[in-house]
Amino acid sequence: MKKLLSACALSLVASVTMAADTIKVGVLHSLSGTMAISETTLKDTVLMMVEDQNKKGGLLGKKLEAVVVDPASNWPLFAEKARELLVKEKVDVIFGSWTSVSRKSVLPVIEELNGLMFYPVQYEGEESSKNIFYTGAAPNQQAIPAVDYLMNDLEVKRWVLAGTDYVYPRTTNKILEAYLKSKGVAEKDIMINYTPFGHSDWQGIVSSVKKFGSEGKKTAVVSTINGDANVPFYKELGNQGISAEDIPVVAFSVGEEELSGFDTKPLLGHLAAWNYFQSAEADVNDEFIAKWKAFIKDDKRVTNDPMEATYIGFKAWAKAVEKAGSTEVDKVRPAMYGIEVANLTGGTAKVLSNHHFTKPVLIGEIQEDGQFEIVWSTEKEVAGDAWTDHLTESAKIVANWQDPKINCGNYNTETKKCSGQNY
Amino acid sequence: MLLRFTYHSVLRLLFVFAACYPFNSMAQDVLVPVLSEGNGSIEDTVPTIASVSERLAGAKLKEVAAIVNELETVGGTQVLPLFQALIDGDLFYTKGDKRIVIAKRIDSSKQYLLKDAISGDELGTVEKKKIRKVKTNNRLRSGIRTTIARLHLFSDDVSLRQGAISNMSEKLTQDNVNLLLQAKQTEKNKSVRASIEVALAMYQLDAGERSEKLAAIGLLKGNLDPTVRNKLATVVESESDKSIAQAAAAALKTIEGKITFYGYLETLFFGLSLGSVLLLVAAGLAITFGVMGVINMAHGEMIMLGAYTTYVIQLLMPNHIALSIFIAIPAAFIVSALFGILIERGVIQFLKGRPLETLLATFGISLILQQFVRSIFSPLNRQVATPEFMSGALEINSVFSITYNRLYILVFALLVFFILQLILKKTSLGLNVRAVSQNRDMAKAMGIRTEWVDALTFGLGSGIAGLAGVALSQITNVGPNLGQAYIIDSFMVVVFGGVGNLWGTLVGGFSLGVLNKFLEPATGAVLAKIIVLVGIILFIQKRPRGLFPQKGRAAE
Repeated sequence: MKKLLSACALSLVASVTMAADTIKVGVLHSLSGTMAISETTLKDTVLMMVEDQNKKGGLLGKKLEAVVVDPASNWPLFAEKARELLVKEKVDVIFGSWTSVSRKSVLPVIEELNGLMFYPVQYEGEESSKNIFYTGAAPNQQAIPAVDYLMNDLEVKRWVLAGTDYVYPRTTNKILEAYLKSKGVAEKDIMINYTPFGHSDWQGIVSSVKKFGSEGKKTAVVSTINGDANVPFYKELGNQGISAEDIPVVAFSVGEEELSGFDTKPLLGHLAAWNYFQSAEADVNDEFIAKWKAFIKDDKRVTNDPMEATYIGFKAWAKAVEKAGSTEVDKVRPAMYGIEVANLTGGTAKVLSNHHFTKPVLIGEIQEDGQFEIVWSTEKEVAGDAWTDHLTESAKIVANWQDPKINCGNYNTETKKCSGQNY
Repeated sequence: MLLRFTYHSVLRLLFVFAACYPFNSMAQDVLVPVLSEGNGSIEDTVPTIASVSERLAGAKLKEVAAIVNELETVGGTQVLPLFQALIDGDLFYTKGDKRIVIAKRIDSSKQYLLKDAISGDELGTVEKKKIRKVKTNNRLRSGIRTTIARLHLFSDDVSLRQGAISNMSEKLTQDNVNLLLQAKQTEKNKSVRASIEVALAMYQLDAGERSEKLAAIGLLKGNLDPTVRNKLATVVESESDKSIAQAAAAALKTIEGKITFYGYLETLFFGLSLGSVLLLVAAGLAITFGVMGVINMAHGEMIMLGAYTTYVIQLLMPNHIALSIFIAIPAAFIVSALFGILIERGVIQFLKGRPLETLLATFGISLILQQFVRSIFSPLNRQVATPEFMSGALEINSVFSITYNRLYILVFALLVFFILQLILKKTSLGLNVRAVSQNRDMAKAMGIRTEWVDALTFGLGSGIAGLAGVALSQITNVGPNLGQAYIIDSFMVVVFGGVGNLWGTLVGGFSLGVLNKFLEPATGAVLAKIIVLVGIILFIQKRPRGLFPQKGRAAE
């Protein structure tokens, strides 16, 4: 009996030390449901990064262990699964979420339990949480430079802002509209259009875009159209004889992964704005692509911007853990600020005190093979801005988690107070 | 070779004109290659095509534009293939000796077939690694298109000349106008001549005398080309001479009136086209739900199966895209019909008279079928290519064009509908179907094998859903969720049109489509859908049996 007990105790101790011996990395991406198409890739990216880090000997002498859960494209389930990861699995960090609504769902949980999450997708901004690092683009790192490019390089005078009807396009278009007006674009030269998710009958809208664009001024479409609806949209553009030279479309949600399901003929020459393209010429990128293809065992798989954002986030976190000498959130978080990691386009990404990163902005033209030809890029990296300068109510708000005088994500520079709003 | 010869003879002819028109600098530039061909010594001092094009290798985007301009001056029509390749993205340079080549990918291999961009000599095949693309972007391409247009202005092909003129009329520089003036002298084709005159008239509006301006406005009156309209609009705004401004305003008004008219026509066509899609997806349901009374939630998945059948057929015959569509039509019908019969025999027949259970069971089947294609074809959307004859648009005039894919689908939908009517009205199967749906017991007593009829009817309805899938594969995404997007619409149409009445489905589909499209410009796509849905709910409150209710005892 005594023997048995001691054996039990031994095994208990062993399991405890086992648990302490690994650093747990939570992966909170949908593996089923509508978002599975996009998010599964990011889960695989994290797994690849974990494997890679373990090959290098792990972190702080411990191995990394990925804990994968499936929130199934169900927004409230994201909150539940985040709680499960933090409370039950006791993960040290979470990589996850794609849609803004899923992030907003996770946010209160992760703040309550003082977790740490890396969010890898371009988004509408207007947020800075103590417990989230935003590794994708804020509007000033994607939408605004893209509009600048159209305005200065293509001399676009009339604007169609077309989007799917939900929070990201609506906020982005609000910012863009304010920005265009501040640049002297008249009300009548801006057309805004929203369509439901998965919209497939684009005849009327494309025809009105065509009419809008035939009034003698160079016209462009800024598209925040999401997912599936893009295929029939571009098809209709092609059928109605609108080429990228007449009315270019610059998209914020169309990347390599999305194009791999497209017939690229009608898309030729249309544009996309991202912080990374697979076609970027850099040695680190070639290495990353080769590693990815080997990991996923499919030579045809492509890489895309959110994958790069995941990569940057992971590298920055790993560096911060080593700097802090611990995986504790309260130690890692301050260590994050100012950390620099190489991005995949040959530059560096710096972690800012508003929990955003510096990123280069690239404009690419869609090629026949579904890749992008980079036609323009910012000279150096752009610092991510949590609160846009182009909306009057947001312009006076700053986020700074490093400066002890501010130390919040929504400091009002006029009233000198943190609004304390719940995002 | 013949083509080049004629180009050159035209250019030589132009030389004579050039002597008469001292302002014609353009034509003289184009003449350079003709002269240099005959005189070798000039090549040393004047840049040659080869020496200029060489610089394209590794050129930055900003430099390419200048090189292209120089090439046009130096090379004339000889560099047309090079320009065309540049626009098509086929222009590369070899990494080793920096030779400018036109490279074509051999099928989908990594090998490229090379041709010298200037001489056209075959240079064999190389791997992608050995060559690099000459970079272009939209702005360059549009510039090159104008350059090509200038070079095409004297081509033998009427459509090339027509295209050249419409391109040049957007950029009426002095050079272009001079070229157009020359072209007018030699042009024999009437419609090409007319478009040259329109382009010149637009130029007159800027540069002409008062009488010339008025004549130009007279000529442009009623022309629907957007460049003409914009030109007139600027004249109305900026012209100081009142009578000219007034004439322009009047001409503009005529044009606007015409445009509004065609705008309505266009919206009507869009509505009919949306209606035809609704008709297609609802026709099958009109049989299974309308005639048989089975609430089939898996109807959308029958559509999806049809679309996937089209995809598979296209995979089997990748080189005959057009043919594959025609083969897919019967194939999709058979596949969906078989699945339909399987569902009817396997599940629905045991749930007869229990609509709630049927609804739940078929909903379950729809989920199973979705997962079924997800596991076989992956959750990603599949790409179905559009055959050549279905892409592009039938241009009636410059403000009204009908896209071919929509036009064919409209025709296809009507065809399917009338064949369905024929089957129900003229065949013995149709007679049996109607008999069973009107009075099952009586039909049974008359010796009709009702079970057999049920299975076939369900198969027919599902098969027609499969046909809808073939059509939808041409306009939307082929993915596991394809059916879900249309199930609500199809029930809406059947209920609105009147359950059990095929004509009701036809009228219902088209009227909902047209209503939707006329609302859309005013309210936006989201609100238009909501208004239509609310409208139907109110309508059903007033007339619960839809537009064309079944009459008589059968309706009870």
